[in-house]
Amino acid sequence: MAALDETQLREGVDRETVETVQSMAGTYKHGWETEIEMEFAPKGLNEDIVRLISEKNNEPEWLLEWRLAAYRRWLTMESPDWAMLDIPMIDYQEQYYYAKPKSMVEKPKSLDEVDPKLLETYAKLGIPLKEQAILAGVEGAGEERKVAVDAVFDSVSVGTTFKKELAAAGVIFCSISEAVQDHPELVKKYLGTVVPQNDNYFAALNSAVFSDGSFVYIPKGVRCPMELSTYFRINAENTGQFERTLIVAEKGSYVSYLEGCTAPKRDENQLHAAVVEIVVLEDAEVKYSTVQNWFPGDENGKGGIYNFVTKRADCREDRAKCMWTQVETGSAITWKYPSCILRGDDSQGEFYSIAIANNWQQADTGTKMVHLGRNTRSRIVSKGISAGHAQNTYRGLVSMHPKAKDSRNYTQCDSLLIGDQCGAHTVPYIEVRNASSRVEHEATTSKVDDDQLFYCRQRGMDEEEAVALVVNGFCKEVLQELPMEFAMEAQALVAISLEGSVG
Amino acid sequence: MIPRAKLKSQKLEAAEALLAARALPGGGAWITRAREAAHARVMDMGLPVKRDEYWRYTDPRRLTDAEPQGAALLDPQDESPVFDGFDRVKLVFVDGVLNEAESDPLALEGVEICTLAQAAATDLHWARDLYGTLEARGQKPVERSLASLNTAYATEGVLIRVTGRPAKPLSLIYHRSGEAGEAMVHHVIRVEPGAEATVLENGPMAARFNQVMEVDVAQGGTLHHIRAQGRDHERAGVAHLFAQLGEGANLKSFTLTANGALIRNEAVIWLDGARGSAHIAGATVGDGAFHHDDTVFINHAAPQCESRQVFKKVLRHGAVGVFQGKILVDQVAQLTDGYQISQSLLLDEDAQFLAKPELEIYADDVKCSHGSTSGEIDPNQLFYLRARGLREDQAKLLLVLAFLAEALEEIADPALAEDLRERMESWLKRRV
Repeated sequence: MAALDETQLREGVDRETVETVQSMAGTYKHGWETEIEMEFAPKGLNEDIVRLISEKNNEPEWLLEWRLAAYRRWLTMESPDWAMLDIPMIDYQEQYYYAKPKSMVEKPKSLDEVDPKLLETYAKLGIPLKEQAILAGVEGAGEERKVAVDAVFDSVSVGTTFKKELAAAGVIFCSISEAVQDHPELVKKYLGTVVPQNDNYFAALNSAVFSDGSFVYIPKGVRCPMELSTYFRINAENTGQFERTLIVAEKGSYVSYLEGCTAPKRDENQLHAAVVEIVVLEDAEVKYSTVQNWFPGDENGKGGIYNFVTKRADCREDRAKCMWTQVETGSAITWKYPSCILRGDDSQGEFYSIAIANNWQQADTGTKMVHLGRNTRSRIVSKGISAGHAQNTYRGLVSMHPKAKDSRNYTQCDSLLIGDQCGAHTVPYIEVRNASSRVEHEATTSKVDDDQLFYCRQRGMDEEEAVALVVNGFCKEVLQELPMEFAMEAQALVAISLEGSVG
Repeated sequence: MIPRAKLKSQKLEAAEALLAARALPGGGAWITRAREAAHARVMDMGLPVKRDEYWRYTDPRRLTDAEPQGAALLDPQDESPVFDGFDRVKLVFVDGVLNEAESDPLALEGVEICTLAQAAATDLHWARDLYGTLEARGQKPVERSLASLNTAYATEGVLIRVTGRPAKPLSLIYHRSGEAGEAMVHHVIRVEPGAEATVLENGPMAARFNQVMEVDVAQGGTLHHIRAQGRDHERAGVAHLFAQLGEGANLKSFTLTANGALIRNEAVIWLDGARGSAHIAGATVGDGAFHHDDTVFINHAAPQCESRQVFKKVLRHGAVGVFQGKILVDQVAQLTDGYQISQSLLLDEDAQFLAKPELEIYADDVKCSHGSTSGEIDPNQLFYLRARGLREDQAKLLLVLAFLAEALEEIADPALAEDLRERMESWLKRRV
């Protein structure tokens, strides 16, 4: 726990953090649901459902065929069992694969026409679907920063802000269903090129039934004028969400993209299987940050989201760069490995992760860094925290191919255990196939240091506050990589996720 | 991904193919029971195949082919055997069969020794409770069916019971006489409370070998195990060490390996009693067509135990080094101190290092860490030594030896450590 020496801890005594934590009551504050009339596709999964989803989205023939090919492939595949997860049998016929608010059947022309209930939902979540606002929680944080938001509600995108301003810069930011209509050539060119349909069981499922998600295209040489953000909300019961996001960064471009997710508290588990593909071309840079706060289930492990996610960035050309930052606090089960294929020479991949599992949550998450080009570099910093009865696993791959000469990887994964009923595990794969590359991997596991807790308690903090502070210190290396809007939320989340874990 | 049912049927087919023409050896009641149970385990699990996750980095086919491949013999004048000149009790195996004429008398104060063949003929023997028992325990969390295969079919080996503190080490020496052939040797070692002994192993056992060593160290006992594998360029083999340690018991196992087409060394250690200590280390010098795999599993099942894994590999000319290490800390094993380091030095562009260092931890008051690195010789260090007048080859040798030294430090006896260090140096200086 190098990040926790005393000096840093003293600096870390941050009033603001403690106050934010205090102001957020309850253990899962996004657990309410929106009562709204929905239109569902029939329950279950078969070729007709795939056709129906495609038809609802008014998709071209090639995309329908693409979906059907994925579906047929999925039927022949097995659910993966290698993760350290106890996944109950999922009945794929007991789910709805498409749910859309009735008011969205006729697509609103602008945000002003969107059902106020939907707008209210996002307002309540602190996500402004108004163009002058900034994300909640950062008022007074210096200059106003603009964030464009695409809000996805169950299977459809509700609306996207700042479209005009972005269009002026040449940036395309819209839902993927709109992109299929408006920019079919781009979607066709890139869809499935990073994560093929048959990549894995959940990616195949997603390819067959994906509903909405975001599409981002940053043209050559453009630095995206504001941060882009997508906010996913599962609302309807027994409904899976299958988001599909595609980001293309042309030569020399830059974008920072944020993703957030929440869902209501329910006794039944719900399925979320997403695919995110990122294409990074020469000299381009993409930052992708996630705060994953799906409903984690209650303190007895009832309910919660099953989160099976395939995220991958393809640094296709020289000097491309991708950085993943994730804060994983939600979901009953997390199965997620945001990866970088470092194909271009001198390309770079980074992965910063905090995974927190409390109560009966299970998380198996990490990254893959596949070095194919010369002089490629990657850095992995993963912090796993387990409390309650939770199991938390870091699983990662660093692969240096024979041609990836002079490449470099540094991996650090630390685990922290709070209580003796939980587990923390590390499963790294390290494959070095050339001599000039250097790979270093370090991992530690420890418990919250009693001396540090004592120090905090002595200064008048109660035990939970003290643990939250120590843990925030432990996570600092990752938190500081998050865009500011998220850093605040993430710090607060760290504290909330751990509530009730002390003692 | 291969479907799970298909993988399983491939494993079962591999077992059937290998065992089709073999019959279980005969013997007394206890060993027949142990062999039948082990045979049933093999038929239930099947044998490892290429797509097995547990064999991700090592192709097991040379170990499971129905017909073993031959391996050219090395000239016996090529070099003097390891541990030459040490006062020890020698037990010599030729082609995997104990040769009493070449061996010293099986008598040493503080130790009872008998052969597996002798014990198998009896109705009752102290090894009855251990033979195949630790191997069976080692089938979780992953299947090690090649070890079950050994339990079922091995007819050779020694059963060593350490009751005191013998004055000299026991030395198991392997020779092979022909280019063809296969050997299965199964040793059992029991260290009684407070007793302490050193067991040495060296020499080429067979063109293909499968070895099991089951070790039970009782309260306060200590076992030193030092093994030298190589030089034997074309052999393929798997060696299993299963060891359970009682309260305050100690195990130090060190393996030096050079060359060999395929070597897999598995170690499975259970720290069952409080304050036990297990140090498992290895140094490897790989040159040319060489595939070396260290697979280690250490289970902390009691509080206040300590474990260390130190593995160093120097690889060149296409050699492949594999390390799979796992520390499992049970919920009761509070105050565990677990350390694991695996490092490789790749001396040219063709060498490969593949590692999977794992931690699985269920206790909160523990200190566990692992590290793994891979790279070439640090050019700054090389420059430093060159600037002081060393030739490039001298400087490289010095740096390589310094790199391997950390693993050698795990040998308690300085004279034995020095013997192996010299051997390592001579291996590094020559090219195949």
